[in-house]
Amino acid sequence: MYQTNQYEGMIAETVTMQGHKGETINAYMARPLGAGPFPGMVLIHHAPGWDEWYRECTRRFAHHGYVTISPNLYFRDGHGTAEDVGAKVRAAGGIPDEQVIGDLEGANKLLRSLAYLNGKVGVFGTCSGGRHGFLTACRTKSVDALVECWGGGVVMKAEELTPKKPVAPIDYTKDLSCPMIGIFGNDDKSPSPEQVNQHEAELKKQGKNIEFHRYDGAGHGFFYYDRPAYRQEQAVDGWKKVLAFCEKNLK
Amino acid sequence: MCTSITHQAKIYGRGKQGEQWIELKEANVSYDHPYGMPLEHALNIDFVDESKGPGARVAVELSVDAARQLIKTIEAVLAQAEHQGVLEDKHQAAVG
Repeated sequence: MYQTNQYEGMIAETVTMQGHKGETINAYMARPLGAGPFPGMVLIHHAPGWDEWYRECTRRFAHHGYVTISPNLYFRDGHGTAEDVGAKVRAAGGIPDEQVIGDLEGANKLLRSLAYLNGKVGVFGTCSGGRHGFLTACRTKSVDALVECWGGGVVMKAEELTPKKPVAPIDYTKDLSCPMIGIFGNDDKSPSPEQVNQHEAELKKQGKNIEFHRYDGAGHGFFYYDRPAYRQEQAVDGWKKVLAFCEKNLK
Repeated sequence: MCTSITHQAKIYGRGKQGEQWIELKEANVSYDHPYGMPLEHALNIDFVDESKGPGARVAVELSVDAARQLIKTIEAVLAQAEHQGVLEDKHQAAVG
């Protein structure tokens, strides 16, 4: 917890990194000043895009002591405002799961190459980013803690699978390689409370180290203070739980 | 969560961006997260020219009821114009 007589500083900037197949993409990175060692955090932006909320969230994690990187997962889809690029990706039905996992692995490798990292890297994602975080924590062995916030599309029907999303993430549950916290709103439609129950039941069946938190009076995206979905009380409590989980598993 | 429910129509049209009219070649229709509407999901129509990059976009976000009403209204207007024999095809419009 920050003390009022404590020195604090951070550096935050846009960087380039190697993503899926070694391709260059850009990312936003923020870290506390000092020699460290600091834990790492990869932020996975939501479907609407690599927007201001995610840049602020990157600095928020840095404020809490994490070397944090938020890769621009829509880099290959052109440049413009985050909203215009996000709309283009929305029209294309999203981006391929394999490409996202490759980009997130690249971000993870970049963090692990830094002299001031403490050797641990978590991932945090909301909305589609929550789904991507779960996929990555199942498909790779490089994640030390997973924060999944209202990840929709973890549970998928066969007819919802596409070439970009060929496997329902829930089918990879047995491969989850790290502790996980899940944050969900009970008024959400995707994931619905039933899907959240299914997700949790499968994790428990596989004996995974998890904690799920469900909030009444909250729907999809209730951390987003720039959206009507924001729910102050639930968001404050959710953030406390997320940061406590990260502290326990990454510091 | 993103629904990934999206369809595209090739179109011939113009849209206004600020003070400027731009050519529009595709209409991307989705039922997914909107940007401006205070809803979790909306019927979104992005009128775009993909060849000009992400910024060549005129966006509309509608509630489900509004979208259904719009469809009926467009159909009614086109039916009336057809009935009156004043429908133009693309080429007539281009030279007119």
